[in-house]
Amino acid sequence: MANYPEAHDDTHDLVPGEEQVDGYDIAQGIFGYVLGLVFASGLTVASFYVAGSQLIWGAGIPVALIVLAIAQMGVHLVFFLHISTSPDSANNILALAFGVLLVALVFIGSVWIMAHLNANLMPMSQVMQMQR
Amino acid sequence: MSTAETALGAPAWNDPNRVGHHGYGHRPGGEPTGHGEGGPASKRVIVGFGFWIYLLSDIIMFSAFFAAYAVLANATAGGPTGRQLFNLTNVGVETGCLLASSFAGGMASIAAAVRNQLWTQISLLVTGVLGAAFLYLELHEFALLVAQGAGPTRSAFLTAFFSLVGLHGTHISVGLLWLGTMMAQIWAKGFQGYIMRRLLCFTLFWHALDIIWVALFTIVYLMGAG
Repeated sequence: MANYPEAHDDTHDLVPGEEQVDGYDIAQGIFGYVLGLVFASGLTVASFYVAGSQLIWGAGIPVALIVLAIAQMGVHLVFFLHISTSPDSANNILALAFGVLLVALVFIGSVWIMAHLNANLMPMSQVMQMQR
Repeated sequence: MSTAETALGAPAWNDPNRVGHHGYGHRPGGEPTGHGEGGPASKRVIVGFGFWIYLLSDIIMFSAFFAAYAVLANATAGGPTGRQLFNLTNVGVETGCLLASSFAGGMASIAAAVRNQLWTQISLLVTGVLGAAFLYLELHEFALLVAQGAGPTRSAFLTAFFSLVGLHGTHISVGLLWLGTMMAQIWAKGFQGYIMRRLLCFTLFWHALDIIWVALFTIVYLMGAG
């Protein structure tokens, strides 16, 4: 049967935050969010627990916290913002990758440069002496 | 139907770098849409993508505030440190409120997708109440800090802290205002196309604020108090 959808039918395209439109299943949609909520809650509880316990060796705590935070951001992106590996997400993922690059440049770059400036700067007492 | 694909070489639907690429010519099933090689993507797809770009630019702005905080976190000028000031129980409750609020926002988008006015309004109300609870806890924390003499003028650390957390709180406030107008618009105008697009943008905005909060409670509170 020649089955022509209406012109420019792109109802199958998904934008971030959107559910699959055709054959919409409420139970499945809710299940996705519940799964995301469970994962996110678990990671949050783990973060707060790790921060206040002796479970992990002191110097490893910041690393563990960063890993847990990145994992939780991933959970939010996948289950709440519906970013996936499907072709529909390709544009959004490219934009996201560029955003992450800029965030990393701004954040890591600032911390790096300022740490070096601090280390190379003359102590304040010496600056005062030179101005005499 | 397979002849159309082989004649064109690579099927058009397979190009991932195209907004609304399913609108172009050939579907995975090989059925042409009836209008040649396609046309523009629908407004909903373009609006969602555009708003996604805005959210990313907003996150980049946040990264500058995060960088300022990370650089100044130890510049306490002899004043109180994060370890002395932060109350992790309060932060935990705030985090729970915001996460539950984000979840309720997701429920609202499902209810709106099936055009259920009652559940859309209920979900949006829950989203708003939890968001307002978060905002109340944050302002309460700010008031306590200022009362102890740890206001934004005390040290560079506290200036950076109030700027970063306050910027997030400002976004939440604006989001609550947006949420209220969305509820009124859905109530008065129903699930029309442009209303649904605004609701899509709002839920994106709300989920993105929760992602920023994850970075915030990790870097500011947990690493500052630990």
